[in-house]
Amino acid sequence: MNLTLRIWRQKGPEDKGRMVTYPVDDVSPDMSFLEMLDVLNERLILDGEDPVAFDHDCREGICGMCGLMINGDAHGPQRGTTACQLHMRQFKDGDTIDIEPWRASAFPVIKDLVVNRGAFDKIIAAGGYVTAPTGSAPEAHSTPVAKANADAAFESAACIGCGACVAACPNGSGMLFTAAKLTQLSLLPQGQPERYTRVIGMVDAHDEAGFGGCTNAGECTVVCPKGIPLNTIGRLNRDYLTATTKGAGNTPGS
Amino acid sequence: MELFTEGDPIADTKAPTGPIEKRWETRRFEAKLVNPANRRKMTVIVVGTGLAGGSAAATLAEQGYHVKSYCYQDSPRRAHSIAAQGGINAAKNYRNDGDSVHRLFYDTVKGGDFRSRESNVHRLAEVSVNIIDQCVAQGVPFAREYGGLLDTRSFGGAQVQRTFYARGQTGQQLLLGAYQALERQIGLGNVEMNARHEMLELVLVDGRARGIVVRDLVTGEISTEMADAVVLASGGYGNVFYLSTNAKGCNVTATWRAHRKGAYFANPCYTQIHPTCIPVSGDHQSKLTLMSESLRNDGRVWVPKTKGDDRNPRDIPEDERDYYLERIYPSFGNLVPRDIASRAAKNVCDEGRGVGPTKLGVYLDFADAIDRLGRKAIEAKYGNLFEMYERITGEDPYEVPMRIYPAVHYTMGGLWVDYDLQSSIPGLFVIGEANFSDHGANRLGASALMQGLADGYFVLPTTIANYLASGPLEKVDASHPAAVEARTDVEDRIQRLLAVDGDRTVDSFHRELGQIMWEHCGMERSEAGLRKAIGEIRDLREQFWQRVKVSGTGEELNQSLEKAGRVADFFELAELMCIDALHREESCGGHFRAEHQTPDGEAQRDDDRFAYVAAWEFTATGEPSVLHKEDLKFEYVHPTQRSYK
Repeated sequence: MNLTLRIWRQKGPEDKGRMVTYPVDDVSPDMSFLEMLDVLNERLILDGEDPVAFDHDCREGICGMCGLMINGDAHGPQRGTTACQLHMRQFKDGDTIDIEPWRASAFPVIKDLVVNRGAFDKIIAAGGYVTAPTGSAPEAHSTPVAKANADAAFESAACIGCGACVAACPNGSGMLFTAAKLTQLSLLPQGQPERYTRVIGMVDAHDEAGFGGCTNAGECTVVCPKGIPLNTIGRLNRDYLTATTKGAGNTPGS
Repeated sequence: MELFTEGDPIADTKAPTGPIEKRWETRRFEAKLVNPANRRKMTVIVVGTGLAGGSAAATLAEQGYHVKSYCYQDSPRRAHSIAAQGGINAAKNYRNDGDSVHRLFYDTVKGGDFRSRESNVHRLAEVSVNIIDQCVAQGVPFAREYGGLLDTRSFGGAQVQRTFYARGQTGQQLLLGAYQALERQIGLGNVEMNARHEMLELVLVDGRARGIVVRDLVTGEISTEMADAVVLASGGYGNVFYLSTNAKGCNVTATWRAHRKGAYFANPCYTQIHPTCIPVSGDHQSKLTLMSESLRNDGRVWVPKTKGDDRNPRDIPEDERDYYLERIYPSFGNLVPRDIASRAAKNVCDEGRGVGPTKLGVYLDFADAIDRLGRKAIEAKYGNLFEMYERITGEDPYEVPMRIYPAVHYTMGGLWVDYDLQSSIPGLFVIGEANFSDHGANRLGASALMQGLADGYFVLPTTIANYLASGPLEKVDASHPAAVEARTDVEDRIQRLLAVDGDRTVDSFHRELGQIMWEHCGMERSEAGLRKAIGEIRDLREQFWQRVKVSGTGEELNQSLEKAGRVADFFELAELMCIDALHREESCGGHFRAEHQTPDGEAQRDDDRFAYVAAWEFTATGEPSVLHKEDLKFEYVHPTQRSYK
């Protein structure tokens, strides 16, 4: 296949940035999208040009490091698929493909297609854990967990922290990411003691990091490569309401 | 010129003596402690944030040490442990199927083809049960039975069901557990996290590891970080083969730089070739994707009985198929260990019975399991893996058998460590895949996660205290001459890479190096092949330094420069791997020498000559390394020829 790529080039955080057109020839349908970019970069290096910087690592859809807006869709046209797992057989000869970084005020661009997603780590540091220092754990079978809860917790825990939800959201909200972790931990008995302090801590950190609020647009769940459901945000809201109105974080017996 | 010289043997691994069940307890009791008030004054550097590094950094911080953590990714949550699929072993015996600490110990020593250290492996088996408790307490959503208790499944090389799992994403869930514990400590100010930083040199002061030189991958700034001890948890070196199941960024630089500073590198030739990966589709291929070993619980491996049978697999009748693992290994069948399954796949492909466009593939067929259990049950167990397969190949494995082929997956070799996980450099500790310690010549499935977390949560925090308690060490900062020298070395090296300005890309060199390694130091090795490879590697390395083209500058985000530094180190490692493979004139585990096989083609060990760990000491670039032998003694598991028939 022969394709025309239009790629966002930005030298650094202060640079204004612009779209640049690159033709690429002889693209095999068996290539992954990132392998197609590898081929372009090899050519750019040999031509003495600056290769396109993009984040990637595992290339099997699990580390969450890659993330590209492809023709305006976070991770591209195929549902349930990260950019690294997207293959060129999803495109056809002669296509023009726009490639841009995640655009959200909480994810500033570092260079070209690389953004800083450190805000996600800050949300986790503000409560996205169970306090269980090493060595303090009871025997694993002392607390059974209903299979339905364990399975649902797993579904939310499958979030890879790629940030597609934020990139797709008209408000640049990180609610789906935050809600996924909250849902996982609130469905498990181990997560109960910190349930309400957790939701306040994480939501506050989310807002401080510059993410927008959720208005139930639902774009996030459509692009989520792991299919995190929108009802996790409903759970977040319910817990947040309980925590803030009843002071559940600090009140015994609540 | 000779390829290596032999030095003094390693006499003491610091493992306690006495009954093996008591050794870890003895060590824990004898280890000196650091009182909580003093821990605050001590800094530990941890490089890498995978299962080993993440869990170690979190645990050390919980104990009160000041921790500085580094990873090259943009977040500690992305370390490659995240991609581990199948599960984690633990001797809980919840199934009441005859499992025990001793059986896990036995299976692991045998699975490693009697090339691991008994004391270490027993400790690993003991600690395995604590890991499951710890992870459950953190909220890791393991698979559960309807009664609410933890589910387990079988894995290769074992006849008990001791593998705990979270669908096909066990590594992800365990890593996120460790990551969250780490983030908690970051939030509390006990860990200083440095993402997008790469360690490029180790700093030694008076023979002790006291710091590292790192490059900020965003700004290019080089800085020197000092500490009381340094922990390397930087993973394995499978990417020396270019194509592997490792993440693209995985590299040997941290451990190789330490090796050049005096840390012995042990058993570099022990690499694991995983039998179930998606076959290569073309020259553009940048990495290989693993299909979890757990699939062999329900999938049956086969090839056509006749050479060149190009029919659609569904049109090949049962009696014209060769379920070769079930045929050759009736008692373990499709669940033989990885090294055996990989070599068997290679053999049938060498016979011309391989399948798919390249003929380098075998079928992994779920038709029987779908008939027996129903499509829904298969979906529940393996849904995400089947989807991944379809995305990559465009074929639906519910309808047509998967095609799989072996690929480089894990490296058992690594920096040599003693029982305390301390390298041959005092104050330098090495944990997880980066060390050589527990898997011998072949790692069993679901044991990497176990070892990473055992080292990080339980072993290192005990043993490093013993080292730190021998202090306090003299205070040193980045202006120390040794630190300045290390930093200058790093800067010079970057300038050298940028100055070549040749006509070949880093990737083109890396790909060629990988081909040499796969051809001659892969699934089957021979003396002639290894000698040829050593010559080719040297030539190619020389060309690399004359012809490589790295774009941009050192003072910016420069992915081409990052790769160049890593590949330069892979070149040096590759040569040592071939020398190690050449000197080991036997077959064991993942190291199969064509000259040393039994009449029926199985690995032929030579315990009289080679029951030792080969620990290599670096001398100078281009000069022969020095071999130090650590003899392996087997008091509890008597070495036999491994049989899975």
